[in-house]
Amino acid sequence: MEIIVYGIINSIVLALLSLGFALVYSISRVPNFAHGALYIGAGYIVWLLLNAAGLPYALSIPLGILATSLIGALIYRFIIIRIRGMEISEIIGTYAIGLAIIEGLRWGGLRGMTYTLPVFIAGSTDILGVTVDYQRIIIVAAGVLTFVGLFLFTKLSRVGLALRGIAQDERAAMMLGIDSDMTALISLAIGSGLAGFAAVLLLPLGNIVVEQGYNVLIFAVAVCVIGGLGSWSGTIVASFIIGFAQILTETCLSSNFVMVVALLAIIVTLLVRPSGIFGKQKQLEERV
Amino acid sequence: MTVETTRKERIDRGLKVRTEGIYAISSFEEIAYLIGPRLLLIVGVLLLPLVLELAPYWKRVVNIMCVYAVLAIAFDFLANYVGLVCLGGALFIGVGGYLAAILNVYLSFPFYLSIPLATVFGAALCTVIIMPCLPLRGVYFAIVTLMYPILFSRIIEALNILGGTNGITGLDNLPGEYVEQYTIIIVMLLALFGMRRLVSQDVGLVLRGVKDNDQSIRASGINVTAMKSLAVFIAALMGCFGGAYIAHLYMWAGLSLFALDFSIIPIAAVVMGGGGTLIGAVIGCFILVPLSEFLRFFGTFRIVIYCIILTGFIVFKSEGIMVYLQRKYHQFERLVKV
Repeated sequence: MEIIVYGIINSIVLALLSLGFALVYSISRVPNFAHGALYIGAGYIVWLLLNAAGLPYALSIPLGILATSLIGALIYRFIIIRIRGMEISEIIGTYAIGLAIIEGLRWGGLRGMTYTLPVFIAGSTDILGVTVDYQRIIIVAAGVLTFVGLFLFTKLSRVGLALRGIAQDERAAMMLGIDSDMTALISLAIGSGLAGFAAVLLLPLGNIVVEQGYNVLIFAVAVCVIGGLGSWSGTIVASFIIGFAQILTETCLSSNFVMVVALLAIIVTLLVRPSGIFGKQKQLEERV
Repeated sequence: MTVETTRKERIDRGLKVRTEGIYAISSFEEIAYLIGPRLLLIVGVLLLPLVLELAPYWKRVVNIMCVYAVLAIAFDFLANYVGLVCLGGALFIGVGGYLAAILNVYLSFPFYLSIPLATVFGAALCTVIIMPCLPLRGVYFAIVTLMYPILFSRIIEALNILGGTNGITGLDNLPGEYVEQYTIIIVMLLALFGMRRLVSQDVGLVLRGVKDNDQSIRASGINVTAMKSLAVFIAALMGCFGGAYIAHLYMWAGLSLFALDFSIIPIAAVVMGGGGTLIGAVIGCFILVPLSEFLRFFGTFRIVIYCIILTGFIVFKSEGIMVYLQRKYHQFERLVKV
């Protein structure tokens, strides 16, 4: 029972972590290797707003998320826009930005004392005989709401339709008057905002440590590769697969192997089904 | 009412044009023009250990600098001649270093056997584990190479094998300071000029074809994946040598061989020096590694500085230092009326 409950929670956590990365890649084809850095940056910004600026928690959360998505948009506007389409430069560029943020935080901010964010509601309850604290329940609810919200946003709103248009066929979308750079900017802003949102939800469960930045990037990449880069439903299914696999290894082996599972899953997927579980769209292009 | 404007025009120097053909050996001027820069580099690097007798601390830096230069040449070769962006140079270093340590400490091979064996077997091992993602295009290679060093260090940590977090200690050191320094300097020069030769051969042409248009290579009946594996093997040879050398230099192989520095500095050096020139990679290392010594005081802030340099170069000056210098050497500029 415990495996099922915590498996579901862990899967939703993974999906939240990787949603931003998947969204940016599927729309703008930019592999945002700064994703993990934005996640940890968002946590730090919220901590600063809360403790240094003394704002109430309910206010500092939306401000932190907004600031993160602004950072994402600025990164696109000033850096990625100049190297877009050059694959090597995109990878190195975003990776370098991410490293600069993470190592900058390690040097400047996050060292010495421990940094924590408070949970939204303290306490815990029993679900199916398993003790689960309220924060995790909020995470699951917020995760499901995010998926539904994003789904409706991309299906119904004008901006969402434009994003999907660019994702499906950039040239045709541009002929219909959709600005490719603008949508990429929006996608990076939303993707970074999602990273910030995930950070706000998940960081209260533990300390804010910089190594989290690398781990988040690895998890996001693992989920996206397994689900198929650029596929939405694949992302969610893959996060459930990895989520349960991790919980199983944690209970059967030890928690040291959690990261190894994610990494091995990537390699096995690339060996067996390189375009991922649901990545049918670019299957032919990616194979040599 | 005439609008007079001028623009810059670049023209090849007469000397450059002459030295491309048989006239290269017509006079000492032409010969000097051709071999001058090459000789400057070779003699300069060979003299470094002697000059640095005055500053013994920097001798160590030269060793590390050359290891990074070898790694950077490997990265440049993979990225700009084969089209594979390898974000994990630390993988090569780590595998080479650990293999050398195993051979030397556990099997008690002498260093003149353990380094070459670690180089060759390490390269083969790296090629085998990277092989799965080679038939794929795009970001997959970058992702997997980024994961591998982390995966290896996590596995060593989790299973507590090969010395666990303490690493393997007690490797033989290299006999004498000059052996230490000239080994890596000569290997670096060999790698540099060897790679320059390799990429201008038929193999190099095919590899560049793999980067630019793999379908045409395939249509010519050449196995693209086999060519890519060959390229990875060559790059891994250089990287694993660096790792085995470092392990013997420090007499220790530990998890820090999989550290981020080995991945990011070569990339920064290549971008800074000029991608695709191979020498640019060496020049980049010769600037960045001493810089990192000066910045030792700042701790991890060094990586931030690299990343800012890296992003700056990639966005604003993507040609790099070497291409710029080459242009100045081979061409002159003048203003002409339009």
